Amino acid sequence: MLMHKKTLISTLVAFSLAGLLLGGCSSNSSSKKSSDSSDTKAAKVTKITAVGSTALQPLVEQAAQDYQATNKNVNLTVQGGGSGTGLSQVQQGAVQIGNSDIFAEQSSGIKAKQLVDHKVAVVGMTPVVNPKTGVKNVSMAQLRDIFTGKITNWQQVGGKDQKISVINRAQGSGTRATFESAVLEGKKAVTSQEQDSNGTVQKLVSTTPGAISYLAFSYVNDKVNALSINNVKPTDANVTDNKWTIWSYEHMYTKGQPNKATQGFLKYMNSGKVQGSLVNKLGYISIHDMKVTKNAKNVVAK
Amino acid sequence: MTPNQTDRLATRFIQFLVLIVVLILLFLLGDIIISGLPHISWHFLTSPASSFSAGGGIRDQLFNSLYLLVLTLIISFPLALGSAIYLSEYAGDNWFTSLIRTAIEVLSSLPSVVVGLFGYLLFVIEFHLGFSILSGAIALTFFNLPLLIRSIEGSLHAVPNSQREAGIALGLSNWRTIRGILLPMALPGILTGIILSAGRIFGEAAALIYTAGQSAPILDYTNWNPTASSSFLNPMRPAETLAVHIWKVNTEGVTPDAVSISAGSSAVLIIIILLFNFGARAIGNRMYKKMTGGK
Amino acid sequence: MDDIQKKLASPSKASHEDIVGRIISYSCIAAIIILVISILYFITSRGLATFLTDHVNLWQFLTGKDWNPGSLNAQGKPQVGALPMIVTSFSVTILSALVATPFAIAVALFMTDIAPKSGTKFLQPVIELLVGIPSVVYGFIGLTVVVPVIRNLFGGTGAGILAGTIVLFVMVLPTITSLAVDALRAVPAYFRSASLALGATRFQTIYKVLLRAAMPRLLTAVIFGMARAFGEALAVQMVIGNAVLMPRNLITPTSTLTSQLTTNIGNTIMGTLPNNALWSLALILLLMSLVFNLLVRYIGKRGEIKS
Repeated sequence: MLMHKKTLISTLVAFSLAGLLLGGCSSNSSSKKSSDSSDTKAAKVTKITAVGSTALQPLVEQAAQDYQATNKNVNLTVQGGGSGTGLSQVQQGAVQIGNSDIFAEQSSGIKAKQLVDHKVAVVGMTPVVNPKTGVKNVSMAQLRDIFTGKITNWQQVGGKDQKISVINRAQGSGTRATFESAVLEGKKAVTSQEQDSNGTVQKLVSTTPGAISYLAFSYVNDKVNALSINNVKPTDANVTDNKWTIWSYEHMYTKGQPNKATQGFLKYMNSGKVQGSLVNKLGYISIHDMKVTKNAKNVVAK
Repeated sequence: MTPNQTDRLATRFIQFLVLIVVLILLFLLGDIIISGLPHISWHFLTSPASSFSAGGGIRDQLFNSLYLLVLTLIISFPLALGSAIYLSEYAGDNWFTSLIRTAIEVLSSLPSVVVGLFGYLLFVIEFHLGFSILSGAIALTFFNLPLLIRSIEGSLHAVPNSQREAGIALGLSNWRTIRGILLPMALPGILTGIILSAGRIFGEAAALIYTAGQSAPILDYTNWNPTASSSFLNPMRPAETLAVHIWKVNTEGVTPDAVSISAGSSAVLIIIILLFNFGARAIGNRMYKKMTGGK
Repeated sequence: MDDIQKKLASPSKASHEDIVGRIISYSCIAAIIILVISILYFITSRGLATFLTDHVNLWQFLTGKDWNPGSLNAQGKPQVGALPMIVTSFSVTILSALVATPFAIAVALFMTDIAPKSGTKFLQPVIELLVGIPSVVYGFIGLTVVVPVIRNLFGGTGAGILAGTIVLFVMVLPTITSLAVDALRAVPAYFRSASLALGATRFQTIYKVLLRAAMPRLLTAVIFGMARAFGEALAVQMVIGNAVLMPRNLITPTSTLTSQLTTNIGNTIMGTLPNNALWSLALILLLMSLVFNLLVRYIGKRGEIKS
């Protein structure tokens, strides 16, 4: 019995020690491994990492999977983390591609001249309201007054007698920047609830009486009402000719001109395979369908 | 009121509070399991996730969660064990020890997102570990250590001093006494600690988004070479865990069946933790009996 | 003779073993100290950048009520007033700990003294299970169940300190309970026997002996719970409303330090003021939990029963 005890205990201790060593070693060996692989396999496999915008992530992730199926010599990693993370990491050269919802020029602290912009898709955004408010259409001026806190009751825009509760997006998020530049004309939004993801906003708007917020087209479902602005409906077709003005590009930034492997992937993102089907499937608008362009100062040109 | 009446009243009151807690628990578990169970199928458990069409599963996320748990425990358990032994057996009662204790407790109250970003900047970028399970495991070690150290130290403390004296009296070294007498006695408590921390690992999302990543590459379950990039054993690959997956489909998911994936995943998570709990408890009891020679 | 001398002069096998043991445990604690120092240094250096490189006035940071780090106010100073978040973080943490502690201690007593058998068998696994529910799931249950109920009862949007407190109450309950159970179990059995032998009722034993003997560790259980509440981000973020406004009552949308941090950290550019300001929030979080720890340690020491 005593022997038994001993062996069990020593295995336990041995296991822990082995674990400790392994824990220590694995970090050593793995860092060695990664440097090994970049040395010896550099000719064969190139590692590309893309981080940033969570809104763009599903598209790039799916495209990366398809791309790797035919191009075995690249190893693509696509992660989220937010547009700010994407831009700052690509600027530091920590990653090859930085995904962003906003122009690099629009965010302070980024030296936009160092970065090369690759626009891969367009996202349309629409104000959404709780269905019980009874409002289907507002004018742009009304929308501005709602978000700056001048209009506080749905009655004032032809709806029910109900207090408006504004749900904004996170400060500094691409969605908010796009919405505010298209709607607010430089005025300051009223301080209110903020949520940072499309999914949460959609749930909140559908359950909170009198709620208004804005969503990317692909997140609009039958539980929320998308508003028309000046009787223009939020549709893909209206975005392509800028009749619907609340839209933005999805950017993939590289630091300077990309290397060959990265260039190959970016080219694939711009090819008919992605732009023709995947982009629409995931609810974006293809960059090829756009009849107008917008620059970092929000000037639209044909 | 006589003491006996007070006693009865107090007992009723305690039972009443317990009843409320039980009701809350039942509601929570019921809500998660009832809304999730209908979505769990063999197909759901064994097919890879889909990023935009309906019908995706959670195979890779499920495996990643388990693998991450194992890796995290491999890193944090020995560290926690050694530290707990130090704190309970070797450390003197002085300012230095209390400084260490405070530091460890502060560690547990750091918001996950801060630890996640710290892990991202240090391990992912600085140490070139990349978005990987290993980075995730190291980040999780931060939450895990305080819990583990607390519970291991607590269970070592609970061992009566007579046991230590007996060991020393037999001429055993301090270390031998700890290894041969104290640890086996403390084992069930240590296991509870591990279970509790395992739960935390399973449920953690914010710290992993920046370290282990939130995308799961296609895994090859036939490739047993841990250095191959598609191998399921490779600790250097990015890995989305179940909790991160739930977060992702709820926040930015564009799949039409996001609600059912999230409900199903939550239920799977709960069921696994349940199985894990009972399994660990059973093993703990058996080990305890074996080691203490009790029947 | 020489042999014996050598044997006596050189360390025995047992002391060798002990040295090995000491080395192992000392190096573990050293590794942990390094980890702690590195993360503390990291957060402190980033958190101080707001004040050192961006020259924000510390007092304004702690007492200002306008939070909009991206833009300047009328005087051309950045708007970084963290007071609303500090107040809210404190409120939800203290409230949820206040609500959870009686429940947790009741459950713990139930498991240790009132019905040890069924309590341990049924309650313990379930409580441990609760720890494993991801905060996201708590958050969504909060969003879909708690928030609408509050909205229907009290009006408004439903998001706010009350909703945050309820969600955190459930989240910290398992932490406090399982540590409270440990605390009560650690009270030696002869304390109970002695008290009962003196003719005390069970409640008298619990109230006058058990709870007092276990007080320092019970307090630790509460700190751990509060620590969890302090640091919790994802669940709170979904129910608190994330509006940087001073909480006027328990049901107006407001924001905690963690929710602000989580919501915005991915959107800000590293090294700029908006990003540094968020790290300063993390630093406040760190310092607050440090203060709590020290405070409770002090109380615990004074309340300890000398045995």
